[in-house]
Amino acid sequence: MAYDYEKSIRPGKLPHIWCPGCGHGIVMKGLIRAMDTCGLDRKNTAIVSGIGCASRLPGYLDACTLHTAHGRAAAFATGVKMAKPEMTVICCGGDGDGTAIGGNHFIHACRRNIDMTYVLMNNFIYGMTGGQFSPCTPTGAKASTTPYGNPDPIFDISKLAIGAGATFVARTTAAHPREIDKLIVQGIQHKGMSIIEVLDDCPTTYGRRNKFRSVVDMMKHLKANAVPIKAAAKMTAEQLQGKFLTGVLFHDTEKPEYCAQYAEVIKKAQGA
Amino acid sequence: MSGARLEIIERNCKGCSICVEFCPKNVLEMDVFLVTAPRPEDCIKCMQCELLCPDFAIKVHDE
Ligand SMILES: Cc1ncc(C[n+]2csc(CCOP(=O)(O)OP(=O)(O)O)c2C)c(N)n1
Ligand code: SF4
Ligand code: SF4
Ligand code: SF4
Ligand SMILES: [Mg+2]
Repeated sequence: MAYDYEKSIRPGKLPHIWCPGCGHGIVMKGLIRAMDTCGLDRKNTAIVSGIGCASRLPGYLDACTLHTAHGRAAAFATGVKMAKPEMTVICCGGDGDGTAIGGNHFIHACRRNIDMTYVLMNNFIYGMTGGQFSPCTPTGAKASTTPYGNPDPIFDISKLAIGAGATFVARTTAAHPREIDKLIVQGIQHKGMSIIEVLDDCPTTYGRRNKFRSVVDMMKHLKANAVPIKAAAKMTAEQLQGKFLTGVLFHDTEKPEYCAQYAEVIKKAQGA
Repeated sequence: MSGARLEIIERNCKGCSICVEFCPKNVLEMDVFLVTAPRPEDCIKCMQCELLCPDFAIKVHDE
């Protein structure tokens, strides 16, 4: 019945720093369950993040964790994986960290198809620094830096990942907790770059500016507008307006994985 | 088989009320900024509260 999360959390770390209702805690639970399901050895698992509220996640977990520079999770994780290909490597971070300052690292890690799993918590905003708009803030939404509404079009993170070359791309939301671990498990099991985008809530800097009266309103919004990819196939473009597709959006098992490719280079260079 | 023991870790609860709103059986209630479980006998152990609590503050035990 009750799940034992505490065995995976560093002693004395709870309560965590996230605001009341912040979805990052729900994602952390999903990640813990997924790591348990995969039977990961914590000494052989690296969890890497950049900077932001979402990027605080690895610090709570009892594993090999790296809290690095803003936007650089994928770069550090690539270094870990290249040096120790036998390790399971997981990245965690936010939409700002992964697609604004870290967008370049993100797309190139996807392009290389290096074997890691990136859990990207997209709460549509820079939460940590007070609610500035990110590349994922919906057009028209209010942020501290877009008081008249955001004029920018958004990045669709999952489409960006697929376009850049990631080979397992999936999306769910903080309001679908069981799907979070299900998809992370598939991501970890996939050999190549796996992106799990979790649409998340930041009641403090996004919700309250955008007519969500409470965190519950935000959670209901995430629940109501998620459409599983199979169901979407039967819907019209009009019906899909304002909805987000969830589930496994892309899975390619053909493209070579980067560490395996690089091992070949090493062999050649050593004259084998 | 009826009811459950709902353990509330008061130190962790931040009073967001997600568990209260998503419980399908109205088992839980807010006491200002802290969740309480006044109707544990109605619990169907669907686990929604435990899964959705961002703060590791509620656990559903078999009883
Ligand atoms: C080089 C650098 N630039 C800017 C910052 C300030 N900064 C810290 S977190 C952050 C945004 C984080 O947003 P996101 O990744 O979406 O995480 P969230 O807080 O929303 O979970 C920014 C801009 C920084 N720490 N370092
Ligand atoms: S500011 Fe937003 S993202 Fe950061 S902890 Fe608070 S709710 Fe979560
Ligand atoms: S397990 Fe389900 S029914 Fe029981 S208290 Fe939690 S949400 Fe309500
Ligand atoms: S979801 Fe968790 S933190 Fe929020 S009120 Fe319920 S027990 Fe407390
Ligand atoms: Mg963010």
